[in-house]
Amino acid sequence: MAEVKLQNISVRYDKVTVVENFSLTVKDGECFTILGPSPCGKTTVLRAICGFEKLADGEIFIDNKLVSSKRKKLQIAPEKRNIGVVFQDYAVWPHKTAFENIYYPLKKKKVEKKEAIKSTNNVLEQMKMANYTNRFPSQLSGGQQQRIALARALVSTNKLMLLDEPLCNLDANLREEMRFEIKELQRKNAITIIYVTHDQDDALVVSDRIAVMDNKGKIRQVGKPEEIYQNPIDSFVYKFLGLSNFIELEKKSGKIYIKNTKYVFPHNIPNNIQEEEKLFLACRPLNIKLCKTGELKCTVKRVIYLGNIFEYRVMLGENELRVQQDAYDATLSIGYQEGDICGIEFNELRYYNDVGEV
Amino acid sequence: MFFPNRKNNQGVIKFPKFEFTIGNLLFTFSIIILVITIALPMIMIIYNTFFYKLTFNWRMFGNVIFQKENIGAMVNTIKVSLFVTVFGTIIGLFFAWLVGRSDIPLKGIMKNLFTIPYMFPPFIGAMAWQLLLLPRSGYINKFFVSMFGHPIFNINSLAGIVFVEICYYFPFVFIQVSSALERMDPTLEESARIAGAKQMTVIRKITLPLVVPAIASGAMLILISSLSHFGVPAILGFSNNIFTLPTKIYEVIYKSAGSFEGIRQGTALSVLLVIVVVAALALQRRVLKFGHYEIIKGKSMRPMSIKLRGMKAPLLIICILFLFLVVVLPLFIIFGVGCLKAWGLPLVLKNMTLNSFKYVLFASQMARDSIRNSFILSISAATINMLVGTMVAYVIVKVKIKGKGLLELLAVLPYSVPGIVLAIGVILMWSGAFKINLYNTIWIILFAYIGRYMTFSMKSAAASLGQVHNSLEEASRSCGATHLESLIDITLPLIRPGMVASFFLVFLPAMRELTTSLLLYGPFTRTMGVAIYTIHEEGNTVQATALASVAITIIIMGNLILRYITRERRRN
Repeated sequence: MAEVKLQNISVRYDKVTVVENFSLTVKDGECFTILGPSPCGKTTVLRAICGFEKLADGEIFIDNKLVSSKRKKLQIAPEKRNIGVVFQDYAVWPHKTAFENIYYPLKKKKVEKKEAIKSTNNVLEQMKMANYTNRFPSQLSGGQQQRIALARALVSTNKLMLLDEPLCNLDANLREEMRFEIKELQRKNAITIIYVTHDQDDALVVSDRIAVMDNKGKIRQVGKPEEIYQNPIDSFVYKFLGLSNFIELEKKSGKIYIKNTKYVFPHNIPNNIQEEEKLFLACRPLNIKLCKTGELKCTVKRVIYLGNIFEYRVMLGENELRVQQDAYDATLSIGYQEGDICGIEFNELRYYNDVGEV
Repeated sequence: MFFPNRKNNQGVIKFPKFEFTIGNLLFTFSIIILVITIALPMIMIIYNTFFYKLTFNWRMFGNVIFQKENIGAMVNTIKVSLFVTVFGTIIGLFFAWLVGRSDIPLKGIMKNLFTIPYMFPPFIGAMAWQLLLLPRSGYINKFFVSMFGHPIFNINSLAGIVFVEICYYFPFVFIQVSSALERMDPTLEESARIAGAKQMTVIRKITLPLVVPAIASGAMLILISSLSHFGVPAILGFSNNIFTLPTKIYEVIYKSAGSFEGIRQGTALSVLLVIVVVAALALQRRVLKFGHYEIIKGKSMRPMSIKLRGMKAPLLIICILFLFLVVVLPLFIIFGVGCLKAWGLPLVLKNMTLNSFKYVLFASQMARDSIRNSFILSISAATINMLVGTMVAYVIVKVKIKGKGLLELLAVLPYSVPGIVLAIGVILMWSGAFKINLYNTIWIILFAYIGRYMTFSMKSAAASLGQVHNSLEEASRSCGATHLESLIDITLPLIRPGMVASFFLVFLPAMRELTTSLLLYGPFTRTMGVAIYTIHEEGNTVQATALASVAITIIIMGNLILRYITRERRRN
């Protein structure tokens, strides 16, 4: 378990500044995710914590010990930071067996041979890889290699694990399985994990807290998964966390209309948002309902069947919206066809002054 | 470096701190070795050409260049290289297309046979052709004289030089174009056929333009090799006073019996030769910039074979004749004459004996010394270059450090420096200039070899290292291994197969080398190439060919071992 503190760090590649004035504190024992689009500098931040990148500014502390500092011209070598790292391409060594891959960090730590063998076998069991101890990576599937990488990182450290998009090369089923396994791992071993990804589902499942980063390298919001999902602080975070619709609203003679239509917007808008010039309404496809009647009318342009969801593309004035409905609910209510004109209802609305472009 | 300290308003002088990291240490060693083996010899040449006793004086350079016979040598050099390049390219392209795109039979065997000239030492090929086409004593000419009254061709001529060089340089284009044709996406040609184009049109408008980069690259390789080549013009040209720049340089130094004035003239001519080669390299870069097409396919699909129909038999005969002429005949002659009791006797079994072989392998001290020296030098140079090349490549590919560019420049410099020029530079450097005199020792030859073959080992090692992803080393660091431990535990085992290949990449050319050692040998430090050449120049034909046969056998065996090793790697 270790607390990690980044204070105003900057990292530069040649003349390009990738990350600037970046600060973060990861609590002892928590699973913290840095979530952001590719590329945004999140991997760079991770590599700086590992010690693979020099800081152009700022300081990094691991477990209250200064490990990187520009001012003090200090950079503690990666091998001395007591970390475990899982790389995006797993970086499992092709000339060593699964066992040897996991045994290596223990050898470097000069752990006594019998104990090292026991720990290695233990962690192989934990990963359900006990039958593959003597296989080489070329004889293992992607998911199995990834488990080796995880196991190896686990025995490298008792303090801090850093995972760089470890699941992006796996298929959907395996990804789900591994997400839960990582969570279990963290709980059982009480280790601090810093996870880096662009996949919001990974982040929501695995994390205790999330930091959302934009592609200029700035942090937009930090908080628990529920907080971030339910109260995105700005339209960028809203857009990044899931499918979204944005509708522009305008103020005309004291009332709020949906822009370029005659529809008066029926909901109350919080006062602080109204002040700015531009005003947008944000809504998730699953929170929009089509109904027979209603004040606001829209035209159904397309109906798409996605198996467990029906998706409708509708036009509300000039806005094309995506509306999703659970397939089971759809069978209980009316079906809509292309060309139908129907009413539309919004729930769980958020209001922003821009549409989340950076 | 001057950093004014604002607090105290004083100037504080700071030097950049030298950290003893692995990266810095490797970089330092690499720079030192490359400067000693490559940069300093070159600097010595330039210095001795343009400076006399510390003052700039280019008069000698001017005098030397404008002498009639030197101009003649340069003209010959350019003439020969142009002819060799043009015809070598056409021949290489023709056969590469035939083997790679038509339905000619016996493709597998032919492909292997076409690459044999690549491993043959060209000067031995020149010797073989002399045995056949010397004006009075060559077997073919003797046959023609007896039948028609006069010889058909005198090999000791400019045309002879061109002919022999073509035989041994066309594989450059053959190999490049074959490999491009193999990797080319066949759907490009198929879509042309579907659109209605006839075979000749497809070749003309689709296939040929797409392999232009490969053709250009192979052609430039031929050009540069031919410009710098020494062996063939030496064997075929000296007797008739025909010189190219490389052989003229040798003659100037040899005639003056190693005097300083002679060497200075040699350096002037060397500078001239390097200018010509650099011009060719600059041309190569411009030509290669033109057609960079991505034609490499991902899946392995069999390309369409063009049906030769009626042309199949004649073309097959042409291939077989050509292979016989270029590969089989010289080999046969060299081994055959090596077995003769005396030169000039007809090649029949009753005139054969193994005495010459026994002599060179067991009796002649000089021949045995030369074989031993060649092995020692080649193995040492190959080992040292394998290690140094890997070190240099590691710094270039993997280490983030300022000044890498200089290292890279030094490492590729030998590629554009003709062997004879580097030899002169090495003489200038190690004959007492820096208070060390290695002249006539085996060490001076070793230093020349290390510099000469550095580019090969470095490029080969860089290719191996490129395949070892950075994350593998980083993973090891994160597991608690230091940089040095990561190198030993992770990187080295993974590039080991590549290192073995790069060993042979230096061992094989070094075994058959002539140019450099001819300038640097002393009474006890002959190499096999030097021994063969000097025995041949003395007129002892049978002995020379016997020793040449031994050399060829060693080289072919070495090549087979290399192919076996790289085939294993490709399978894995």
